[in-house]
Amino acid sequence: MSYVVLASFLCAGSIVAGFLGALTGLGGGVVIIPLMTLALGIDIRYAIGASLISVIATSSGAAAAYVREGFTNIRIGMFLEVATTLGAVAGAVIAGHVSTAVIAVIFGLVLFSSGLQTFRATHDIAGAAVSSPAAVRLRLPGHYPEGGGWQAYGVTGVGPGFALMVVAGGLSGLLGIGSGAVKVLAMDRIMRIPFKVSTTTSNFMIGVTAAASAGIYVGRGYVVPELAMPVMLGVLGGSLLGSRVLVVAHSRILRRVFAWVIIILALEMIYNGLAGKL
Amino acid sequence: MTKPGGTAPGDGDEALEVMLGRLLQAGVLVAAAVVAAGGLYLLLARGGAKSAYATFVGAEAPLRSVGGILSEAFALRAGGIVQTGLLILIATPVLRVAFSLFGFARQRDWLYVLLTLIVLTVLTAGLSGWQP
Repeated sequence: MSYVVLASFLCAGSIVAGFLGALTGLGGGVVIIPLMTLALGIDIRYAIGASLISVIATSSGAAAAYVREGFTNIRIGMFLEVATTLGAVAGAVIAGHVSTAVIAVIFGLVLFSSGLQTFRATHDIAGAAVSSPAAVRLRLPGHYPEGGGWQAYGVTGVGPGFALMVVAGGLSGLLGIGSGAVKVLAMDRIMRIPFKVSTTTSNFMIGVTAAASAGIYVGRGYVVPELAMPVMLGVLGGSLLGSRVLVVAHSRILRRVFAWVIIILALEMIYNGLAGKL
Repeated sequence: MTKPGGTAPGDGDEALEVMLGRLLQAGVLVAAAVVAAGGLYLLLARGGAKSAYATFVGAEAPLRSVGGILSEAFALRAGGIVQTGLLILIATPVLRVAFSLFGFARQRDWLYVLLTLIVLTVLTAGLSGWQP
């Protein structure tokens, strides 16, 4: 395959991935790695490098809009970024010492669980009514816009939430993904932060988390311009398109279809990893 | 519509939030423009060449460090220009964190100045290519 053909495939696939990722809220990175490894036979280390770059692009692009709307809590973000960046550096270091087969299997498992998570009913739990003392000391509770006014929310479970964020950062650094699903899980379920605040704050953090491990990956040669270029531009373009139509489209069915695609890709990644093909 | 302030901790951040949003947007746009320009050049220069990425070789040595990437870009080599765009992209969230530092310092929120410094230290360690 000549480079121009490969780049076209990558760019087209990345546009679709970015579009669906933004539309379903699952992120584009999760399907980029299977696309590159399973469909195009590219070494998983190149795929991780390109995916990580695309994650920074989509996170920063989308965060810009959310921050302005007032949902993002920059204190929660900064506090938890201590956990995710430490985890990300650790994950990127570990990635250099384990075989690609192991990484493929872990990737498949993470992909599988985030696919399954999609089938859980989306809910918008009210924030914790009473904030824990630690959360108050860290000034984490805040307000988000609702119905023309502001809704106050509390925060709790700071310790366990922080610990799970180290894991989220570790997975991001190890696999080159945003691991938004784990981040939202920690903030939504454990810290009892309202859904809109947790999703947008998670997105805000993803770019910084990915940047923490990106330097290590560039240094190791995982980021090659020939592959990172079409993937970054494609995912960015696709996700910008996706976030435009988000308001209009009824994405429930699409979300389900995308979840099935992710689950099938996850099983393929696990199989190929175990068979030693990746 | 302004956020309720005063009694509520964690608020009074609107100006900072708007500035951070603009910074992120500008960084991504500049990065994308540089990557696209380098990418076009890359396609023109190497578009017809056979490409093989099935086995891992890694990026060429100069494209693995900040100094190497910049000198490749100044020599107007396509790979160097693309990587420079990617470096701008990676630097964008890092700059965002650095700007938060000023925001928190202006509010005399020393706890968050400290937390931001920790994040910046970890980011610098990662970006310097430090590896045990």
